[in-house]
Amino acid sequence: MIWDWHFAGKILPDLLRGLVVTIEATLLGYVVALILGLVWAILRRSPSRIVNQTVRWVVEFIRSTPLLVQLFFLFFALPSTGLQFSALVTGIIGLGLHYSSYTSEVYRAGIADVPVGQWEAATALNLPRRRVWFGVVLPQAVRKVIPTLANYLIAMFKDSPLLLAITVPEMLHSAYDVGARSLRFLEPMTIVGVLFVIVSVLSSLLLRRLEFRYGNN
Amino acid sequence: MATTDSADGAVLPEDGTAGTDGIRFDGVVKRFGDNVVLRELDFSVAPGERVTLIGPSGSGKTTILRLLMTLEKVDEGVIWVNGRSLSHMKRGERLVPADEKHLRRIRSDIGMVFQQFNLFPNMSVLRNITEAPTHVLGLSKDEANERARALLDLVGLADKVDAHPSRLSGGQQQRVAIARALAMQPKILLLDEVTSALDPELVAGVLDVLRDIANETDITMLCVTHEMGFARDVSNRVLMFDQGQIVEEGTPAKIFSEPENQRTQDFLHAVLDQR
Repeated sequence: MIWDWHFAGKILPDLLRGLVVTIEATLLGYVVALILGLVWAILRRSPSRIVNQTVRWVVEFIRSTPLLVQLFFLFFALPSTGLQFSALVTGIIGLGLHYSSYTSEVYRAGIADVPVGQWEAATALNLPRRRVWFGVVLPQAVRKVIPTLANYLIAMFKDSPLLLAITVPEMLHSAYDVGARSLRFLEPMTIVGVLFVIVSVLSSLLLRRLEFRYGNN
Repeated sequence: MATTDSADGAVLPEDGTAGTDGIRFDGVVKRFGDNVVLRELDFSVAPGERVTLIGPSGSGKTTILRLLMTLEKVDEGVIWVNGRSLSHMKRGERLVPADEKHLRRIRSDIGMVFQQFNLFPNMSVLRNITEAPTHVLGLSKDEANERARALLDLVGLADKVDAHPSRLSGGQQQRVAIARALAMQPKILLLDEVTSALDPELVAGVLDVLRDIANETDITMLCVTHEMGFARDVSNRVLMFDQGQIVEEGTPAKIFSEPENQRTQDFLHAVLDQR
């Protein structure tokens, strides 16, 4: 089979549309992961044993089951309980939920790194619990882990083709469609690979700048 | 607040208050694991009194301040602060363990300055000082700023309002920390080895600020320090600790000039010989 430039050019717009969906799902999923992970991390510090242990095991459970299984559960099993979302929304929730189990650990490490003296000074000043978290602890904790958090964005991006399995029209899905219609897979799959590399490399470059900015102090 | 006879000391009064203002330790025991840090400690501090705690490290001095600041909990006994128990409160007819709200009420009377300053590195000097007044006392931003500037003036750092804590020397950071504690207008100020982490040439500046505060306010001060000159200047009373108990107490003149207890004598010799 010989590479056909003309064919490649013709299918590119379809694949780029897929790429847009991929990026959309990744970014929105990432936002979910960032927020949810933070919620887990804060709840794990709850003085209530019931709360912190429950969260601990829920997060452990999410992290120990494959993303694909979770996506299938959300897409095929959950609707039977009356909760149904579109494929894309399900995919975003799935990606976000799965990766929140990782980001929560990152936050946790960052929070543990904040010197105990900071908590004590906040207590001595009688700051309300909310202010201790959002005014004192999290600004210091999050700053340190920004590069690590950003790494998960790239990891998530590379996991996004799994959304194909729940019919999200992301890039791999588009490539597969094109291939199935024309019976040519060489060009679409190669382009998908190249596009993934381009986006990943660009993100890595951005990431290095983040590390430079936040990593050292 | 009902005034009860303080003679019935260790008995917990029915309404969870102990009448007298100031600080009182009743049979306080504190352990860390098997290590008993405070053994059945009894003492009290009157409002406005300046008390210095001295003694070898590990004798429990810092633990006393940390207990008062509610950073630690007593294992036995009761600590009273302005008539409120640190460990219990009244709910209906019963005494129950203190909840966060009760602790917050007690803490509002107490400020603390730490050995390691513990300024918030994510805030400017000004915001370090205004953070609590705005979010705890409900001061407006202008009021809080005004109060902060006055305090920075008092500690001699009026020009550092917008500086970042990391740009300041240890002595300057500690003076900001003092201003930050004072901004909450506490009745009781706890000073935990506030000059121990400082380079020798920066100690005097911090102590001068504290002398000014001692002279110009009637704030109750509890001070853990190895600066004997400072202790002599500002305190009304010196408590010598060893192994979790008070082995001797008295005026600075008595403790420093003619200590009776052998352990006090040994300790003072050791400290003064270092100079």
